Amino acid sequence: MYQYDQYDQAMVDARVAEFRDQAQRRLEGKLSEDQFKPLRLMNGLYLQLHAYMLRVAIPYGTLNSTQMHALADIADKYDRGYGHFTTRQNIQYNWIKLEDAGDILADLAKVEMHAIQTSGNCIRNISSDHFAGAAQDELVDPRPYAELLRQWSSFHPEFMYLPRKFKIAVIASGTDRAAMKLHDIGIQIVKNDAGEIGASFFVGGGMGRTPMIAPNIRDFVPLDQLITYAEACLRVYNRYGRRDNKYKARIKILVHELGAEEYTRQVEEEFAHLLEQGIEPPLAELERIKTYFTDPAFEDGPKTVDRSDPDFALWVDRNTHRHKHDSYVSAVISLKPVGGIPGDATAEQMHLMADLAKEYSFDEMRVMHTQNVVLPHVKIADLHALWAKLDAADLGTPNLDQIGDIIACPGLDYCSLANARSIPLAQKISERFAANGKQDKLGELKLKISGCINACGHHHAGHIGILGVDKKGVENYQLSLGGSEAEDTALGKITGRGFDEAGVIDAVDTVTDVYLQHKQGEERFLDTYNRIGMAPFKEALYD
Amino acid sequence: MTDILRFRDDEAVDHPAVTVDAFLEQTNANAVRIEPGDDARDLLPQIGQIQLVEVNFPVFGDGRGYSAARILREAGYEGEIRAVGDVLADQLNNMRRCGFDAFEPDAPLDPEVTKRALDTWPEVYQATTDGRNPIWNKRHE
Repeated sequence: MYQYDQYDQAMVDARVAEFRDQAQRRLEGKLSEDQFKPLRLMNGLYLQLHAYMLRVAIPYGTLNSTQMHALADIADKYDRGYGHFTTRQNIQYNWIKLEDAGDILADLAKVEMHAIQTSGNCIRNISSDHFAGAAQDELVDPRPYAELLRQWSSFHPEFMYLPRKFKIAVIASGTDRAAMKLHDIGIQIVKNDAGEIGASFFVGGGMGRTPMIAPNIRDFVPLDQLITYAEACLRVYNRYGRRDNKYKARIKILVHELGAEEYTRQVEEEFAHLLEQGIEPPLAELERIKTYFTDPAFEDGPKTVDRSDPDFALWVDRNTHRHKHDSYVSAVISLKPVGGIPGDATAEQMHLMADLAKEYSFDEMRVMHTQNVVLPHVKIADLHALWAKLDAADLGTPNLDQIGDIIACPGLDYCSLANARSIPLAQKISERFAANGKQDKLGELKLKISGCINACGHHHAGHIGILGVDKKGVENYQLSLGGSEAEDTALGKITGRGFDEAGVIDAVDTVTDVYLQHKQGEERFLDTYNRIGMAPFKEALYD
Repeated sequence: MTDILRFRDDEAVDHPAVTVDAFLEQTNANAVRIEPGDDARDLLPQIGQIQLVEVNFPVFGDGRGYSAARILREAGYEGEIRAVGDVLADQLNNMRRCGFDAFEPDAPLDPEVTKRALDTWPEVYQATTDGRNPIWNKRHE
């Protein structure tokens, strides 16, 4: 994985010094809260319901054991012994003191980590495919491109005060595991007819209150123009994105209002101008970055497991993913135990995951946007030993992409924006479906919960989505069906009137009954929904 | 006139800047003021006669002025670009990188804070027109 050189380290160290100075001026009253707010946000520091929340960047979700140990130590030293992995492959801490923030950033800098631009109206941490570099189906490893974009977007002088936040995802496989088309810019690394590698740009996707799927605005940008093209996309947005209404300020609104064709025309014009400016990094830089992402020394070994232990066999079937080397798999550590808080991990669990990554996965982990953790390169021969250790630490729940693998935002338990609680609902749903044994019959079913219209829990993209709203002071939940964040990206449709908390859990149960009645062959919930449509579900829910 | 922090040796223009609309109508002005909604490219046909472009920041969170300054520099404009309005110390470094070479904030800047803000960043990742050699070039020299 990528390692800082003296330049990267100097940049992160400078940021720590800058933020210490800014926090000190705030504590001395020299900066008003209004002036300090964007500065602290650009360092991932939010003021939440109960305390400051600090979001730490995990670039494209990749980290090593030293970094994971450091994250665990921060949870112990400055928080309450746990952290929360997020849908953008980051981690956040919920109980931080402003006075400690500078020290935490300094601790992070020692292990080549930071909280730069994890919030604020700027380009956020770049996300990517959690199976990058391991997946059998990828064209190339997308992470070198993500790292190049990370450096370009860090402290970009022109784009620190954009109309709104800006999220970029990079993938390099036809299978989309990063919700690429639901980002402000989604990039797919592709090969053209001439056999050259380049970037296909999708611009103007997003969730939130106006969900949109990004249109493809350029199907091939040569690699020696990648940064210049991204810069053109951003400049048009910075100049013409709406600033009169924060709910209409994301780039998706600009692209929608101009039309994809006109936005593209403006980008191409700016691109032609910027090509003359010589702002593109040398291709040698991309080559340098690529040397950090070469394959580890894979060894041939057994290609099958002993399935005599049914619990282990179930975990292998559910939680491992095909690897490009046939003696290896990628193993998913579920952070979704039955009745647990989705994405939470204790310091002890983080230390254990770090140790297991070192022992079994070439010292590497990935955070998934589904709030789980991957060990990307595990020998099939080691799987049983790994599973036994995970299971003993309550990290072996066999529920990847099952109904218990719920994405949920922090909701009203932590977040000052939320209208409703997400976490207790997620806990109750996972308990219900574990207790009634239905999870096993349902197969792949992605359920996602957001506690407000901002959609941090990706409810629009859930096969089943739940949105918490405030209805005259009472928490109310809207149900939607048919969303997808994968290569068949789709936005869910609302079933009808909302439910109270108990009612929405029953409604999810009802919806899954309809699926089981109508399921044909190996159809997933989403396939059945797409075939039979909303009507049978509506009938069962409301008639 | 309030204090202007200037990074130029030439004489400052001593008369008020006109709006972009006024400039486009009266061809003899040499000082223009850009508001966030103005298109800096409208000035380019007559850029040769301009000595001062003021870029107004009514609120510091509106970042359109950063693009305006870069566009002027990219077009070869060598006159003064002055940030005016809600301009804060923590923004000076990025503004310098985008081509601003003078600052006239509504609220006075603390000289010590200003110095620290400008001295904090030893390296830069991106190429702009400010002449600083980006990290990704230094790595391959």
